[in-house]
Amino acid sequence: MAELIRGKVFRYGRDINTDYILPGRYLMLSTAQELGPHCFEDYDPGFLKTVQPGDVIVGEENFGGGSSREHAPVALKANGVACVIAKSFARIFYRNAINIGLPALEVPEAVDDFQAGDAVEVSLEQGTITNLRSGRTFQIKPYPPEILEIISAGGLMNLIKQKQAMSAVAR
Amino acid sequence: MPMTMSEKLLARKAGKASVSAGDLVTAKPDVIMSNDITTAMSAIILKDYGIERLAEPDKLYVVMSHFVPAKDIASARMAKTCREFVDTFGVRHYFEAGQGGIEHALLPDEGYVVPGDLVLGADSHSCTYGGVNTFAVGIGSTDLAAAWVTGELWLRVPETIKVVFHGVPQNPWVSGKDLVLFLINQIGDDGALYQALEYHGEAIAALSVEGRLTMANMAIEAGAKNAIFSCDAKLVEYEEKRAKRPLDPVDADPGARYHRVYEWDVTNLEPLIAFPHLPSNTRPVGEAVREKIKIDQVFIGSCTNAKIEDLRIAAKILKGKKLASGTRGVAIPASHEIWLKALEEGIIEVLVRAGFSIAEGTCGPCIGGYFGVIGAGEKMLSTSNRNFHGRTGDPKGETFLCSPAVAAASAVTGYITDPREVAGDDVALCQFSR
Repeated sequence: MAELIRGKVFRYGRDINTDYILPGRYLMLSTAQELGPHCFEDYDPGFLKTVQPGDVIVGEENFGGGSSREHAPVALKANGVACVIAKSFARIFYRNAINIGLPALEVPEAVDDFQAGDAVEVSLEQGTITNLRSGRTFQIKPYPPEILEIISAGGLMNLIKQKQAMSAVAR
Repeated sequence: MPMTMSEKLLARKAGKASVSAGDLVTAKPDVIMSNDITTAMSAIILKDYGIERLAEPDKLYVVMSHFVPAKDIASARMAKTCREFVDTFGVRHYFEAGQGGIEHALLPDEGYVVPGDLVLGADSHSCTYGGVNTFAVGIGSTDLAAAWVTGELWLRVPETIKVVFHGVPQNPWVSGKDLVLFLINQIGDDGALYQALEYHGEAIAALSVEGRLTMANMAIEAGAKNAIFSCDAKLVEYEEKRAKRPLDPVDADPGARYHRVYEWDVTNLEPLIAFPHLPSNTRPVGEAVREKIKIDQVFIGSCTNAKIEDLRIAAKILKGKKLASGTRGVAIPASHEIWLKALEEGIIEVLVRAGFSIAEGTCGPCIGGYFGVIGAGEKMLSTSNRNFHGRTGDPKGETFLCSPAVAAASAVTGYITDPREVAGDDVALCQFSR
């Protein structure tokens, strides 16, 4: 949560659906290790060749639409993608990303400032996105407490385990 | 405070007197549904976190649908992961390939989801169940695991969009599919993002329950969180021989607050075609006919349009006819029971004699899985729900979406065709009562 995200931008348009992120023909695979090598395989074959840990996906409206497959954010995370910034997210993708500890940031004004390959810095702690090419900084709207709790725990299952451990101690 | 259907149902399941749009609530579902793909991932999550107990195993419905019978070794391994999970945790409602079907056809058709339920479904088309007056919402695998373990899940109460369809379509081949394609075209593929769609009006009252399920199914194609229909006499009758639990219907309060209201008169609606590569890219069938679009494969199947009524409509058109030369046909009745009914009614024979390849109870080419995926440069006309690049096979293929009537008529001619051209006006098959 506290660390600074630094990487380059993959810049996409609107309606990047989960079929584009992880094609349906690979859905018999269930783990990050297996899914990672198929991320954006058809839609952007260049992605796998150049992605580095810390890189950031920037998309426009309706990012992650379509299928509920958590395989899509899992595949992004498996390749080291540190967060996704978009003008809007499809709701299941949004939940899935946050649930696995991949921040999904809805910051429409930042999106328009980014081009493919831009260097970006994201501070979740300070709530800022900085485009190191343009020098512009954008504010991230704070998450509601219920979502912040999940992010702080590093994902929903971690949070559940923490809560279970606490109630066990209380007993 | 007066509430919409969705607000009222969520309030009930969260144990609150009232809720309003924007509230975050923790709600207890009646049904937690998952399929082979989403179950496997969640089963692995449970293992990774060392979880040994589920809150209420009897609320789980695990339906094998996407890659069954196994299409390859990896699918067989995935199915095994699911079977081990249901054995380990004592999940009673487990539907094996050849005994169940596609979850969204199976669960309403056999009365496992009933009016008044809150359904959490690990599949985006879980919104389908709203066709039978439930609050039904799609979730991913971590939410699924969380709901399994805790028996509850946090949900944001959505704003409700009220959609009123006036009039009853006069073209007898217009169906629920055309109404929902019309809506998605009007509001856009993210026009209902995070929101609930609540359906009203003369056309909805006249529409069969199966037609409503088709409409609810594609709510996600407009980005909606859920879609919901009232529980009227038609639905009560539908549930009479099906419901496995008592009905507890919900209706909107007079004076409920709607985020937006859309009203359309659909008396003159024509069958619609969603052109590649978005379900919102819709045009009337007449325009497609003028473009003379040659079809390589017709697919009648999926959770959207492979229920018995859909198959009856297709068979009525295909009876005694053959697939056009150069056009292939794939039909996948959505569940084992539907397949059996289709067999008894002679529908299977009609399809086989027409030249269709038949499977049962699986998603098939809709998800680009198997049994009819398309190749580069090919065009498929499909009764399914999505036509994104690569969704149904090679990313250089093209998928057009339509109703079963248009699919059947086009199978006969080999081109996208208006059903009236092939079959005239056979009102006996209309999805709307008059």
